[in-house]
Amino acid sequence: MATTYDVRLGPEGAALEAKNVSVFYGDKQAIDTVSLAVPKKQVVALIGPSGCGKSTLLRCFNRMNDLVKGARVEGDVEFRGQNLYDPNIDPVEVRRRIGMVFQKPNPFPKSIYDNVAFGPRINRFEGNLDDLVETSLRQAALWDEVNDRLGESAYALSGGQQQRLCIARTLAVKPELVLMDEPASALDPIATQRIEELIYELKEEYTIVIVTHNMQQAARISDYTAFLYMGKLIEYGPTDTIFTNPREERTEAYVTGRFG
Amino acid sequence: MAPDQNVMPSDGGGASTALSIDSDLRFKRSRNVQEQAIGLLLFLCAAVSTLVTVGVVAVLLTETVRFFSQVSVFEFLTGTQWTPAFQEKHFGVLPLLAGSFMVAAGSALIALPIGLLTAIFLSEYATARLQAILKPLLEILAGIPTVVYGYFALTFITPLMRTFFPETDVFNAASASIVVGIMIIPTVSSLSEDALRAVPQVLREGAYGLGATKLEVSTRVVVPAALSGIIASFILAISRAIGETMAVTIAAGNLPNMTLNPLESIQTMTAYIVSVSLGDTPQGTIVYQTLFAVGMTLFVITLVMNILSQWVLARFREEYE
Repeated sequence: MATTYDVRLGPEGAALEAKNVSVFYGDKQAIDTVSLAVPKKQVVALIGPSGCGKSTLLRCFNRMNDLVKGARVEGDVEFRGQNLYDPNIDPVEVRRRIGMVFQKPNPFPKSIYDNVAFGPRINRFEGNLDDLVETSLRQAALWDEVNDRLGESAYALSGGQQQRLCIARTLAVKPELVLMDEPASALDPIATQRIEELIYELKEEYTIVIVTHNMQQAARISDYTAFLYMGKLIEYGPTDTIFTNPREERTEAYVTGRFG
Repeated sequence: MAPDQNVMPSDGGGASTALSIDSDLRFKRSRNVQEQAIGLLLFLCAAVSTLVTVGVVAVLLTETVRFFSQVSVFEFLTGTQWTPAFQEKHFGVLPLLAGSFMVAAGSALIALPIGLLTAIFLSEYATARLQAILKPLLEILAGIPTVVYGYFALTFITPLMRTFFPETDVFNAASASIVVGIMIIPTVSSLSEDALRAVPQVLREGAYGLGATKLEVSTRVVVPAALSGIIASFILAISRAIGETMAVTIAAGNLPNMTLNPLESIQTMTAYIVSVSLGDTPQGTIVYQTLFAVGMTLFVITLVMNILSQWVLARFREEYE
């Protein structure tokens, strides 16, 4: 079965490229020989029905699957010309460069400041930490809401604020690529809109791969969309094409809501 | 089917409708009685432990009050000599407190770090297979009778101590502390492990996602997040060490000695209670009443520590939500 693949990389090339990636959990295959290139400074959305493997694929991109017992990855994920699954690659270093925002806001039980400072501190950041925390919170559009209470617990924030804090925390380690795993699925519509606006702004500086089960969201925020179904990449192309004129019948059935 | 006005439930049962009630659905008095009887039985069982507690505290209190009608609270709490059975009687509880404190502190010094590190290992590092081996072993450690620990201290640890510190008494606080420390490791490790495991996996993932190593995730995220539970386990373990009786009676000696030198022979509050209980102290004498005064002191200390650990634990529940 062929995959329809219509992504042309610009002059900046790919931020990350998966080549024939398969993922197994024990005997069960969750991802079946997926290849896709993520263009630099673009937003790529991974869509598909529950259990299609979109989160699994995302977690391959920063070796988060290493933490899952029994998970095995085959194929190459190329980042800066190197295969992330090469035995000489340190997954800790990978995750410092490819950040991740999770489905449920997961701030640490620490102050707002310490949450943002966590990454820089473990990475032995030597500049002005206060400035970095402020910059990161501004980038995450949270600074104006929290600048007078940085010492308060992160749990004092609302869910949407917590998620923006998690984004600020990720940005503070200055990643080259940001992976987002359904970052707005636990949030109300207004908080979701803030996150979407934020993703749109972050595109200026960062490459973003976002998993979403919300097709309208994918249509609104992404430049490219990849449709996965049962572990396979069915179609990958410009978001406009995927939503208005998909070439694969199954993509059309999914984006028009006939299954999923 | 015409409604029959005459067929009302015979027991009245509060039925105000004129409809006849199908026998399947009819309220059954016999079952109600049965339910109530079972409820009462369960209540009585629950009441037993409560009544016993109240009774014990009442006895402790009455005898303690009698004791303090003869000895001032001030003398009891500040005196540095404990000689109730001597010709010249002194009722200063400080030597016994110092003994208990020394054993508690010494055992904490051993059990808290080892227990916590064991918990971190089990929760964050150990493979499923290693856990399956280690956890039952720790439970065995917790299941060894304390009298065996006492003999272990006397016949193994003390001789070992004396090869390094020849001036060590045969009965000494250090051996008792070491053995009580070993004894309470499972309390620390198992309760701390529960607290560490209760830390949501998403917090670990968040830290890994920022490029944290396993050590950084464990020490900078998981342990701080579980800190209240860990502290509660510490308090409970220390409370156990203070209440520990058999091992210290055997290993630490029975000399109410106002000292903080662990190589000397001492007596803890618990060991004193044992030694007087085993003797032929006549009821109603002042020596007999010291048992209750010391028992009360012990009870208050462990009660306060248990309440403290409950309070710390209750705070910790709020933390991730």
